[in-house]
Amino acid sequence: MTAARIGRAPGPGWRHRFGRAVPYLLLLPGLFWLGAFYVLPAVQMFTYSLSTGNLENGFEFTGSLDAYVTAIDRFGRQFLNSVIYGGLATLFTFLIGFPVAYTIAFRGGRYKNLLLFLVIAPFFTSFLIRTISWQILLGDEGPLLGPLKHTFHLLPGSFSVLGSGVAQLFGLTYNFLPFMILPLYVALEKIDPRLIEAANDLYAARFAAFRRVTLPLALPGVFAGSLLTFIPAMGDYINAELLGNPQTRMIGNVIQNRLLIQNDYPVGSALSFILMAAIVVAVFIYARVLGTEQLTG
Amino acid sequence: MATITAASARTSPGRRASVMHGLDRWFLPVFTALAIFYLLVPIFVMIVFSFNKPAGKFNYIWNEFSLDGWRHPFDWPGLGDAVVTSLLIALWATVFSTILGTMIGLALTRYRFRGRGLLNGLIFLPMATPEIVLGASLLTLFVATALPPLAGAVPSLYPTGFGTILIAHIMFNISYVVVTVKARLSGFDRRLEEAAMDLGANEVTTFWKVTFPLILPGILAAALLAFSLSIDDFIITNFVSGTTNTFPIWVYSIQRNALPVQINVIGSMVFLGAVGAVAFTTLRSGRAPRFR
Repeated sequence: MTAARIGRAPGPGWRHRFGRAVPYLLLLPGLFWLGAFYVLPAVQMFTYSLSTGNLENGFEFTGSLDAYVTAIDRFGRQFLNSVIYGGLATLFTFLIGFPVAYTIAFRGGRYKNLLLFLVIAPFFTSFLIRTISWQILLGDEGPLLGPLKHTFHLLPGSFSVLGSGVAQLFGLTYNFLPFMILPLYVALEKIDPRLIEAANDLYAARFAAFRRVTLPLALPGVFAGSLLTFIPAMGDYINAELLGNPQTRMIGNVIQNRLLIQNDYPVGSALSFILMAAIVVAVFIYARVLGTEQLTG
Repeated sequence: MATITAASARTSPGRRASVMHGLDRWFLPVFTALAIFYLLVPIFVMIVFSFNKPAGKFNYIWNEFSLDGWRHPFDWPGLGDAVVTSLLIALWATVFSTILGTMIGLALTRYRFRGRGLLNGLIFLPMATPEIVLGASLLTLFVATALPPLAGAVPSLYPTGFGTILIAHIMFNISYVVVTVKARLSGFDRRLEEAAMDLGANEVTTFWKVTFPLILPGILAAALLAFSLSIDDFIITNFVSGTTNTFPIWVYSIQRNALPVQINVIGSMVFLGAVGAVAFTTLRSGRAPRFR
């Protein structure tokens, strides 16, 4: 459809004469910007990851892999934390998000748009302020634990959630939940209910119909939602810093620390590159597991 | 629907069917309500605590009701400047990224050229790159412009500040604008343009009188998205801001020493303003906003 429209013969006038140049002229400024500030920085970062030196005297490209050795040697723990917390956050957003997206898509009725609006409402507040709100909520004497400790005496006075992996996971799951729900909703909404009815007519039990019809058709949404959650969750460092503790710090915390505080550009760059590579590998494996041909739908 | 449920209940093993039925009937709506509650609770807390009069420097524990924060929303050193900087960056980043992104979107949907398919895929790359990598790599580039061998040969972008934040925001917004504009352009009926040209309008007149007004809603949606991404960005900005504070950077730098109630007040203002804008456009257009 699109191809047919694009394939139309060029019209009369200036487009006829300059027609071949027009798309390139339209692309030029934007692609220049992306080239200068997306591609070049990546090249520069790769160069620094193979360099030695310091901020005062400059960095010299030596091709040395020292930065990568240091990165893996010293910060393996934080890489592991990123994979674990990012992965668990993705799993939890899926477990929470799927029933929500399913309910909105199939049962939302005339409240569909209102429900979707409520799902994206958190985006109208700063990510940082929402995380600070969780600090308030989960605080040792906060609105949640305070009453449980002193009014109902259900918890010992020393009980604490803030500054733990649990709080960190709670925050990560919270922050990325809408990114999971929206693509799932879009995928589920597209499903023709008659397909599910057909499965039922063909004597599929409701669960079987769900597993054999609804779920496979929702896979593109699962894929998109998981990526939209996993990629930013893995690189996040705010939840670890505000809700976690030094043992739960993730790779984002280290990258931020190396580059902004220690001015250790080679190691900071190497860490970023490893993170990027890890994500590319994870996405590739994930796409293979889910089945690539099903994701194009 | 009722007959289908009855049919499946008849044909499937009884116990399983009744479990599924209960799941469908009660579990899903209740679960959804709880999930939405989970999403909204921090916003509720933010608004409630904007009326707090904290006992110490940290607005963590409810003390007593007060309107002080709302009466003096910028009463904290550096806060007003940070909010102004945030607004200026978001405004300029929106203007530039919308223009650049719309041009790419037009080229990708309306012209056939070499590398079009490839570019259609590559344009997603900046969106798929973790923000921390975008920020870190930009910082290495900015630093490199001030160090040998580049120093002197190119304009120096270090130390970082307003300009570098703006550069970064335009960069990460472009892809979002392209994708949004493309989505709107794909349903465009080109016969309208042909009609205009049949009636004697030239290419330029046709573009401004027919094409542009038709794609304007898409461009505005993209601009709105760019603005909200820009004003909320923390992770990338933190790498390229130097000593310049945007509102999120200011919040981050102060939260270790104090948590003034003004943070909640400004957060609430932004939230209520955004909700108000959506409600206003919904009521005016007489239909619910579309999220797809």
